[in-house]
Parts: sequence; structure tokens; C-alpha cells
Amino acid sequence: MAARIWIFAVVVVLAISLSLPSSSASPQDLQIVNAERRIDLSSHIVKAFLTLKVENIGKDPALDMLLAFPPTQIKHLAMVQALAITGKKKKKTYLPLDVKPTEQPDAPNDTGYFLVTFATPLTPGETVTLEVLYILTHSLEPFPSEITQAEAQLVYYRDSAVILSPYHIKQQTSFFKTPSTRVESFTSVDPANRAGKEIKYGPYEDRAPYSYAPVIVHFENNSPFAVVEELVREIEISHWGSLQITENYKLTHGGARHKGVFSRVDYQSRRSISGSSSFNALLAVLPPRVNSVYYRDDIGNISTSHLRPGFKKSELEFEPRYPLFGGWRATFIIGYRVPLEDYLFESPDGRRYLNFTFGCPLVETIVNKLTLKVVLPEGSKDPSAVLPFTVNQDLQVKYSYLDIVGRTVVVLQKDNVVPTHNVPFQVYYTFKPIYMLAEPFMLVSAFFFVFVASLAYVHIDLNIAKK
Amino acid sequence: MGGKQDPTTANGSPKSEPTATKNTTPDLLNSFFSFKSLKLKTKQQELLLRVSILGLVYVLAFIARLFSVLRYESMIHEFDPYFNYRTTLFLTEKGFHEFWNWFDSESWYPLGRIIGGTLYPGLMVTAALIYWALRFLRFFVHIREVCVLTAPFFASNTTVVAYFFGKEIWDTGAGLVAAALIAICPGYISRSVAGSYDNEAVAIFALLLTFYLFVKAVKTGSLSWALGSAFGYFYMVSAWGGYVFIINLVPLYVLVMLITGRYSMRLYVAYNCMYILGMLLAMQIRFVGFQHVQSGEHMGAMGVFLLMQVFYFLDWVKYKLNDTKLFQTFLKITVTSAILVGGIALGVGTASGYISPWTGRFYSLLDPTYAKDHIPIIASVSEHQPTAWSSFMFDYHILLFLFPAGLYFCFKRLSDATIFIVMYGLTSLYFAGVMVRLILVATPAVCLISAIAVSATVKNLTSLLRTKQKVPQTGSTKGVGSSKSSSKVTLDQSQPFQKNGAIALLVGVFYLLSRYAIHCTWVTSEAYSSPSIVLAARGAHGNRIIFDDYREAYYWLRQNTPTDAKVMSWWDYGYQITAMGNRTVIVDNNTWNNTHIATVGRAMSSYEDEAYDIMRSLDVNYVLVVFGGVTGYSSDDINKFLWMVRIGGGVYPVIKEPDYLVNGEFRVDKGASPKMLNCLMYKLCYYRFGELVTEYGKPAGYDRARGVEIGNKDIKLEHLEEAYTTSNWIVRIYRVKPPTNRV
Repeated sequence: MAARIWIFAVVVVLAISLSLPSSSASPQDLQIVNAERRIDLSSHIVKAFLTLKVENIGKDPALDMLLAFPPTQIKHLAMVQALAITGKKKKKTYLPLDVKPTEQPDAPNDTGYFLVTFATPLTPGETVTLEVLYILTHSLEPFPSEITQAEAQLVYYRDSAVILSPYHIKQQTSFFKTPSTRVESFTSVDPANRAGKEIKYGPYEDRAPYSYAPVIVHFENNSPFAVVEELVREIEISHWGSLQITENYKLTHGGARHKGVFSRVDYQSRRSISGSSSFNALLAVLPPRVNSVYYRDDIGNISTSHLRPGFKKSELEFEPRYPLFGGWRATFIIGYRVPLEDYLFESPDGRRYLNFTFGCPLVETIVNKLTLKVVLPEGSKDPSAVLPFTVNQDLQVKYSYLDIVGRTVVVLQKDNVVPTHNVPFQVYYTFKPIYMLAEPFMLVSAFFFVFVASLAYVHIDLNIAKK
Repeated sequence: MGGKQDPTTANGSPKSEPTATKNTTPDLLNSFFSFKSLKLKTKQQELLLRVSILGLVYVLAFIARLFSVLRYESMIHEFDPYFNYRTTLFLTEKGFHEFWNWFDSESWYPLGRIIGGTLYPGLMVTAALIYWALRFLRFFVHIREVCVLTAPFFASNTTVVAYFFGKEIWDTGAGLVAAALIAICPGYISRSVAGSYDNEAVAIFALLLTFYLFVKAVKTGSLSWALGSAFGYFYMVSAWGGYVFIINLVPLYVLVMLITGRYSMRLYVAYNCMYILGMLLAMQIRFVGFQHVQSGEHMGAMGVFLLMQVFYFLDWVKYKLNDTKLFQTFLKITVTSAILVGGIALGVGTASGYISPWTGRFYSLLDPTYAKDHIPIIASVSEHQPTAWSSFMFDYHILLFLFPAGLYFCFKRLSDATIFIVMYGLTSLYFAGVMVRLILVATPAVCLISAIAVSATVKNLTSLLRTKQKVPQTGSTKGVGSSKSSSKVTLDQSQPFQKNGAIALLVGVFYLLSRYAIHCTWVTSEAYSSPSIVLAARGAHGNRIIFDDYREAYYWLRQNTPTDAKVMSWWDYGYQITAMGNRTVIVDNNTWNNTHIATVGRAMSSYEDEAYDIMRSLDVNYVLVVFGGVTGYSSDDINKFLWMVRIGGGVYPVIKEPDYLVNGEFRVDKGASPKMLNCLMYKLCYYRFGELVTEYGKPAGYDRARGVEIGNKDIKLEHLEEAYTTSNWIVRIYRVKPPTNRV
């Protein structure tokens, strides 16, 4: 019912939008000759690969094009990337394109847009092939929403059989890849069929702009739904030679809620059929040359972890104190230290910059809210952060050991972070090396004064009466 | 002295370097550094030596207690420290005012507990002050680290006090030995390792400080020392209930002094100042309140105080009268009337209820069998058991033999100070015999008296060795008085025997002391450094296996249960559940309400449907039991079960101990009594245990802690369901189901 109203609304708004000329690339100027969409549903992070062949059918060169997403997806959209493909077959070259969210004044029914700017303007009659990757989080809805230990986890995935687009699409196909062959049901939009782990929708010919055909896929997904509700990473720079990283996790199992008993006998003796959607081990990919790794929580050290150091990366395999079933939570802290010279550099203009990886070190994990704090050494000035995507930035002051004026903290905050966000970022700042000596000097002078005071105490006679 | 007179300086200091080996050291020093202007006099050398020894002992006392951190981690140990940690956390977060007025609704549900009025705040305030001071000095430490290291820090401070105390009662040598002995004495280490964040950690320091200052006050008759002692007493009162020992020992000492005719003005000043000020200060602690004037345990001090006034008065009258006969009559009348008035006052006070009678805990100290018959809750605690000889040996080692020797030396040189230490030693040793945990109180006294023995022996022996060497050279020996020749003769006669004997004895003493050091280190690392929250065992291949089940369960509770959930468990785990699990408990280790504990004991020993009614009435959502059947962990709830029955039965006569026993024997196998096999505790511990094979070659459901196959393998739960069981089954948590709808 809701979907029907939705379609009606789309159509109404569509009619209005078609009658108005749009600002940049008017929908009439471009059309999509061929579109192929592959949606990977095997983990709880939904990855969609879109291959679009775009043609300019207008009279003017087109500078950019729009990607449209329904409002249900736009709030779960973690990342959109686009590449232009030039060359054919074996000589393919990929050119990353600039993608940024945009508003359209005539957006039908809260449709969200992303604007893809072409590398070179698309002249009339020319075609270009684009590869778009977008990642959705929290888009698999467990149904039934509560399961017992013995049950497997079933989820719904809702999408449209046809691609939502402001442009006319001549031909399109969509593939949904499920993690196992167990698919309870899927909405049929003719032609649609299922083969093994793949459901194919299409090919559909000549769909008008803003066509929409809602589908629901109901399938089994027992992959770990590891969701970090909040992650605070603190990177403390010490010019004495190391980088101390402290990560505070609030982890939860985001899948179907656990219901009823937890039986240890079943869990330990019938592992394959008991608690299949639960997970008890996680993997964190840490930088190489990592040292002093610790893994603890509010009440102490957790002894179930294993570190495999390597040249390219170190892997920390760890278990929370208890296995996580649907809805269960675990908070913990991972801390480690890496050598400074691997991450701190000096730029040509004399400023220093930290080059570190954004995102969450846990593999296949969604982070609802990531706060990254870069604690600069005391006395640092003019901090600025450079990131490939937009984040909320803020400055704070933190007091650590022997600080007087406090350390400047660059706070970077981003919601809905997926492993694709693990890209390098930079924080620039100016720092005079003389400040490094402040703390040793304070300690030395403190000791000095203690000795001077004791010297004075020994030599001064404070007695009033004569002995 | 010039710069180039190396040979003259080497020979030219006849007093300071008696032995040949020592002569070479300054030579070397001079040739290397030409330190002559900095050359120390004998007295300064001695001071330097003393300070450095004391410094080393200070450091040693601290680092010996860090075994637990190295073996495990920086964590709070055992049961009570978790409460102390939780309250300290509250204090640092909310401030002193909030802390003082804290009503805790998370424990003793539904009664709650007025925390501010029912605890000794000394420890928490101390830790919070250290924490705030460190933060002020820009050391941003976590409060947990402060709490973990509070006990070792105060143990180090205790060594310093022990030094001064030893110096006061004997000499500096005894003080140094006492400091060294107490630094590593297992009896003290057992309660002051890093992480053992308990009242005793600071209380022993406060106890010894109070005693030291009091002895100093008695020796000097100075008001300022007595004032210091009063403040030491105040600190002790704020820190630990064991202050009752001080307030009874000090009057007892004064009484003995009066009886033995050692009454002096110094004693009068010291005791009166200490008692009056100490009492007034102690009243500021809410938990203690007016007990100093209202409770039977404190009346002794009051009586001695009044007696002292009578004594002073009599002294004055005697001085005024100058007539012995008249004075004798006066004395008789005064003493009789004083005793009469005191007795009547006490009688009226007790009868009217103004003066409370002695508490059960106090009785159980005087009569070791009292608790067993009357207060099962005290008797059920293992540290309240009478001490076995082996644990004396374990905790004191050679001090046990040195103690009588030290007593001998003390009696040989009786003074106000030695009388005090003798009395302290004897009374505390008696209490140590009554209760295991009171070994701690006796430890400083034992160390001090043993130190006197060691110091005096070593001193005698070395002076014997020294005099012999010096007699022929200078003749300026200490012991030589009127006739030089006669002493020379006696020395010459016994010289070969004496010399060898002295050397042998010295070697023996040092061997004993080194054995003591080895024993202490071994005990500390093996026995006293376990946090008891984390259990460690040796695997088949010699590897270390860690059972971290307690924290697993508590963290599960903390994260995965509703924040207002009420957890029922035996009282042992109450503090830990509130501190680590952050959930409300029915009973905890502050065993102030026996009935409430008995209710829990009754629930645990009843059949499930009866227990369900009790649990419903207490709003219980979760039940937590500790079970060692899989791992072979013996201090679990099944082994504690008889105490639950006894405590429950003490209040609710429906629970009868014989129902759970078969021919007076406690069993869990097929031969167990039917009541045992179907009571709630049995069911919760062994639920679905019958399906599990714990040991190769044994039948399913083999209990490794008790070494039997359980008697009831088919356990069905009606009103509860398994909510969580830890990976080694040590902690099992059950959810209490809501009542089913009536049809």
C-alpha cells in the first residue's frame, strides 16, 4: 500500500519535474543506453555496482550527470564512488570522477541526488561508460526480528527492480547476489528468475525516468552483523618517537534479536546449528610495525586475543568476553603504538603532517558514528585536516601528562562509516621542536627544587630556643 | 687535609675504619675522584647508610607487592576492594558532599544502603586525595591505578613508621631491621599487594603510626606528640573498624603502667590528650558516631580515663596531706567510691540502653567458639576461622622463633616503650590465633619484636668480634671499665671459642634472614598475588590457562540486561556484581541485614516453586550462581551451600540442615537427599550438566570439583531459564520468567 502511494507520488512529481528545465544537465539531454546493476547481499554491508553507458542526446555538451536514490536508501548510503572507463576490453583505464551530494529543487518525493562530474564534457552524440559503486548500511531488515539460538537469521532486502534515475534508460538488468541458496521469497517483476545464489531482474527495455518497481528479497544471511554504534579513535602524536592510538568501541550485533535461552551446552557442542548468526571472533587490521597492543574493557584486560604482526599489515584476532547474539552489546578498548617515522612527515613549506588511515580497523563492520581525534603535541599551531570526503571538524583541548596549556585536538566526526572509508587522510600543523624539551625540563627542575629544598632544610636551623 | 696526602688519609682515620677492607675504599675513591672535600664524617656516613637502607627498604616494600600486576594485570582484587573501588569512583566523580550523603539503591534491594553513613571513608578519601593531587601535578592517571597502588604505597610508608617505632623502643639498628622485616613479611603482604584495595591497606599504617606517636608521647610527655597520636587515631578510625583494638589496647597499657607503678605525668598527658581529642575526632566519622561514649567496647578507655583523673587527684592530695596514715584512709574511701560510682554508672547506662552491650563480633574475638553457635554469617567466612599453626608458619616464618627471643630482650630492658610493644605483641598474637585475618594486626608487633631480637643479637656478636681486634691496639673499647688487665685476661681466655662462635652465630642469623627473604618472595609470588577474580591454572603442557569467567559474566550482565534488573546471588558476589556488572543486587558483602541474607539462603535451598515466590517478592530478574563442576574450582556455591542452609535456617525454621544431609554427610551424587537433589541451588548449578562430558573416561555429568557423578541429571526448570553460562561454566545466570497468565 505504502509503495503504491509512493509510486503515485513519484509519478506526480515526475510530471512536474519534466515540465521544468533543470539547472545543470537537463534530463532530456542525456539518456542511459545500457545499465547493469549488481547488488551484493552476502554481508550486512550492501554493495551495489552500477555500470552505466551514458549518451548525450542534447545539443549542448553535458558537464555532469545525476544519480538518484530513493529516500529509504539515501539515509543508509555510506559511500558513492564513480569511475569513467575509457578504452576497450584489455586496454581499459579507470578514471575516478568527482561525486558530491546535491540538491535538486524539483526532486520528486525526497529523492536524493549525487552529481557526477565528467572528466571531459560530453559532447552531443558522444557516449561514456561509468562504473558507480555505492554502499548501503542497515539495509537488511531481519525478519523474523527475534530468533532463538537454534534458528538461522532471515532478512529482507528492499529495493527496486528497475534503477531509479532521472534519465531515460533504454535497457537495464539487475542482479542480486545472496550469501546462500536459501531464499525464502522474492518479488517477481517479469522477467525475473533465480539461479543458485543469484536473482536476476530484467532485462527491462525503455523505462521512463523515475520508474520504480519495489521488490523484496527474503533470504538467509548468517554473516556477522557487527555494528559499531560508536567508535572513538584517539591518535596521540608524541614527537619523542611514537604514535599512540586508542580505540573505544561500542559494538553490537545488529541482526535479529536473540530471544529466550542461551544454552552453553548447545553452543559448545552443536556449534554448526546453534547460534549460527552469532559471532565470537573479530579481526582488526592494524598497521605494520605495531607494538604495545592491548585489548581491554572497563573492568580489565581481556585475554582472548592474538596478534599476527606482518610487513604490510598486522592482524589482531580477538574475541569479546562472550559471543554476541542479536542485540547483545560489548564495549572494549583496543590500543596500540606505532613508530612515528612511518606516519609523520614534513611538508615542503616546513609544516608537519600526519598521514594516517581513516575509518575503522575492524573488517566488515559498520560504524554508525566515528569520532577521530588527533591529539597534536603541546605547542602545535594552525592545525588543518585534509580528507577525501566531508566530515564534521572541530577543535578541542586535551590535558595529558605534564601539560600546562593543553594539547590541541583535531576532532573529525563522520556517521555511517564502512571499510571503504579506510583511506589516508592528513592533518597539517606547525610545531617548534623546542617545545619537546618543556616536559623533561619541568621534571628536571622539579627534582632540582626538591634537592635544593632538602639542602636548605638541612642547613637552616628553625629552632626558636637555643639548644 | 691537602690534595696529595693520599697515604695519610688512608691511615689517618683510625676511628672510622676499623677493618682492613674498608681502608682501601677511600683510597680508591680519592685516587679516582679526589673527593676529599666531600669526605664524610662517621656520623654522616652512618646517616647516609641509614637513609639509603631505609630508601631501599621503601622501594623494596613497594615492588615486592607488584607481583600481582606482573602476573595478572593492574586490577582490583577479591570482594571488598570492589566496593571500595566503586565508592572511590563515586567520590572522585561526584565529590565529597554527594559521597557523604550517598544512598545506594543498587544494593540490598529493596532496602538500599546508606553508604555515606555505613562505611569507613578513610581509604576512599585517601585514594581520592592522591588522585586529585596527582591530577593537580599534571599526572593524568586513571583512578583505578591509584586504587591498585594505594596498598603498596602505604605498605612502604609503614616501613618508615616501623623504622621510627623500632628506633623509639630499641635503637636505630632495630628500627632498620624492623623496617626490612615488615617490608616483606607475608602476614602483611597478604593484605597489601597491588590491587588489594581494602581498608587494611591504610589501616595498618594508621595503626602503627598511632602507636608510634603514642609511645613517643609517653616517652617525652609532649602534648604535640600526643596530638599527633590523636590524629593518627582519627585516621585509623576513619579507615578501619579495627580501631577498637587501639582504643582497648592503649587503656590496657595505661592500666598496666598504673598497676606496675610506672604512673608519670608524661603518661597522664599523653593518654588524656590522645583519648579526649581522639574521641572527639572519631565522633566526626558518621559510622562511628557516639560509640565512644555509648558502646560497651569503648567503655574501658573511658574507665581508664576516669581512673587516671582519680590517680592524679590522689597524687595531689598526697602531696598536700603529707600524712601517710590519713592518706591511706583517704585512698581507701576514694578508690571505693570511685569504683562504686563507675560501676553504678555503667550498670545504669547498660540497663537503660544508653550504653550498648558488646557486639557479637567483639564476643567472637574473645571467645572463638561464639560465632559458630550464634552468628553463622561470621563463621561462614573463611578468613574468620581460627588460625591454623601452618598459617602462622606461612605468614611469619622465622619471626615465629625470633618473637620469643625479642620478648626476652624486651623484658631484659624494660621501659615504657618496651612494655607497650610487649603488650601489643601479646594481645595481637592472641587475636591472630582467634581469626586468620587478624594475623595482619599482629604482624607489625611481631616484626618489631623480632627485629629487636635480630638487632640485639647481631649487635652483641659484632661488638664481640670488634672488641677483640681492638683491645690490643688502642684499648679504648666500650665495655672496658676499671680494670683493663682483668678484662683482657677474660677475653684472652675465651677468645678462640668466642670468635668462632660469634662468627658461626652471625652466619646462622644471616642464613635465617636470607631464608626468610626467599620464603617471603616465594609466598608473595605464589600465594598472595592472585586477584581471585581471574583464576589461573597450569595446562597439560605447562602452559598457563586463564579462567576469566567472573568478569565474562559480570560484563555480560552489565551490557545485556536491563539497567534496572535485580540480580540475586549469594552475598559473596554482591560487591562484584554492583561494581563490575553495574546491576542491583539483593544482598552483598556488607552483611548488615541477616534476615535479608537468610531470605536469599532460603530461596536457594527451597524447591523451585517455593523459591519462585520468594524471588517474585524480591523482584528478582536474574539469579547468578557460581559453579566449579566443569573446571574443578572448589570454592563454588555448592560447597558453600551448607552455609546458605544454616543461615537460612537460622531465621526460617522451615529450612532444616539435616534435610540436605545423608547420615551427616553432604553429597551431590545419587546418594544425596531428595531435598538436596531438587533444591534451587542444585538445579541451577547442574542444569543440563548431565549432558556434558567433563573428563575423559568419566560418565557424562561428572562433577570435577567434588569428584562424583551427579545424582540428578534430568533437571527441568519451570520458572527460570538459562540466560547465560560462561565459557568454563563457572558462572551461570538464569532469568526469572514473568508469571504465566492465568487462564
